[in-house]
Amino acid sequence: MNNVSSIVSQLIPLRHTIQRAAFSLDVDVAIPAKGVTGVFGESGSGKTTLLRCIAGLEAGSGSRAPHERDIGYVFQEPQLFPHMDVRENIEYGFRRARKPRLETDAVVNMLGIGTLLGRKPAELSGGEAQRVAIAAVLLRSPDLILMDEPLASLDQRRKDELLPYLDRLHDELSVPIIYVSHSIDEICRVCDHLVLIENGRVIADGELHTMLARLDIPMLTGRNAGAVINARPIRYDSDYDLTQFRFSGGELLVPGEFDSTIPNMRLRIAASDVSICRTRPQKTSILNVLPAEIDDLQPTGPATNLVRLTVGDDLLVAEVTRRSVTNLDLGKGDQVFAQVKSVTVRR
Amino acid sequence: MNVLGPLWLSVQLALATTLVLFVVGTPLAWWLSQTASRWKPVAQTIVAMPIVLPPTVLGFYLLILLGPNGAIGSWWVQLTGSALTFSFTGLVIASCVYSLPFAVQPMQNAFEALPRQTLEFAWLQGATKLDAFFSVAAPMSVRGFVAAAVLAFAHTLGEFGVVLMVGGNIPGETRVVSIAIYDEVETLNYGAAHQMSLLLLAFAFVVLLAMYLVNRRWSER
Repeated sequence: MNNVSSIVSQLIPLRHTIQRAAFSLDVDVAIPAKGVTGVFGESGSGKTTLLRCIAGLEAGSGSRAPHERDIGYVFQEPQLFPHMDVRENIEYGFRRARKPRLETDAVVNMLGIGTLLGRKPAELSGGEAQRVAIAAVLLRSPDLILMDEPLASLDQRRKDELLPYLDRLHDELSVPIIYVSHSIDEICRVCDHLVLIENGRVIADGELHTMLARLDIPMLTGRNAGAVINARPIRYDSDYDLTQFRFSGGELLVPGEFDSTIPNMRLRIAASDVSICRTRPQKTSILNVLPAEIDDLQPTGPATNLVRLTVGDDLLVAEVTRRSVTNLDLGKGDQVFAQVKSVTVRR
Repeated sequence: MNVLGPLWLSVQLALATTLVLFVVGTPLAWWLSQTASRWKPVAQTIVAMPIVLPPTVLGFYLLILLGPNGAIGSWWVQLTGSALTFSFTGLVIASCVYSLPFAVQPMQNAFEALPRQTLEFAWLQGATKLDAFFSVAAPMSVRGFVAAAVLAFAHTLGEFGVVLMVGGNIPGETRVVSIAIYDEVETLNYGAAHQMSLLLLAFAFVVLLAMYLVNRRWSER
């Protein structure tokens, strides 16, 4: 067993170049060898091509054949073998693994597919099939798992059904995962690290919380603007159905009941749900008012401005109008109050 | 008058041809289904030629090629001391050429219908290309193999012109059922011609009906 610090500091280099008539990919980036790295970008930006290069599926992506690479690949549409039942499907990669690390039973339990083992893929729902595909990939014991929009073909209910299993992978396994998505909400929930890709080029990469608080990346402004903080649920008020969360910058009330035995949950706060007051607002309907300091400001459109706020040790992003910046005379280092209208619990 | 002799010879010829076409045709069909080579249309054309060529034309060239002075025939004489023409082995070779498209095209269609990503997943799960063919592609293409076997077998059973050109009419060696029927009609022996013809008619009907029934059951699943 390696010591933890060496695992954390290890990096996986990704260097891939592809030249096509209508498209080129030129990526040179290093990602952490632990946790989930999100690859975020619009459709057509080269996310899937990058994964296919890493897997050796694209022409010109290296001489090693896919079966020699020890890479697991979870496709958007689960690719199960229709003539085999679920058990045969998950054992396919296990029997061909060079260094099997996981037990079949453990993986079956982790993904909750024990009752499906005798079924054929045609008898599975989309979410079940994707869980089976993930189990099959895990039993191959890969050194790296690539997930290409694994939730994109599922409806919201199936997504919500599958997400807790992805959380378990993240918490219980040490194998690094590259997770491609065009949904910032999924990225916020699943990933620890973020690589932004546009026109086949990496435009920024870094730790998730830090990346989301950056104001200089157009891809993360507008609809996608918003921060993620870690907080701990401490008390549930059943009269009003609100859970109190504590984080470095204070406390937040969030509708719903959350398990207070979980030490650390991820909260997503969209920039459009944060407003700024010069003085502590009185008699407001907004429950969450936090003292904050302005860290940076950045105009993002003719009318809009993003403001990064330091709240305790955490960063929030607020979207305000440029007119408000002028009216309130907002500047770096100013002490203000952040009103948080809505919080989404991502994990 | 022997009815069963020629019939049995035809069945042997059709079985041998089908077997050879599985061995030769499967890799050819796989290559055609996977390749992006600019020679693919040419290869496809050559494979399809026996469908449109008159059997006499095909038989004529095969006779020259397989004859004792032909490219393949002379080599065969050197190797074995006997001629390919007017022999059972020669008939098998000729039948393979004649029935090639009927074996290759259904297999190629089945291979082309395989989802690309399913094959890619098999490779990523640790299978070599050969392993993935036998463990995933072939079992998923069973329908194509069945269609190829039925069509190649039935088509060989029904061949006449090519056999006449290459094989002649040697009882027990090259006198297959279609030739025998022609002979019986020539000598106005309609009774024997009827027996063999009805058997072939019934056989063709039953085999094709079985195939369509099986196909329907599969597509309902």
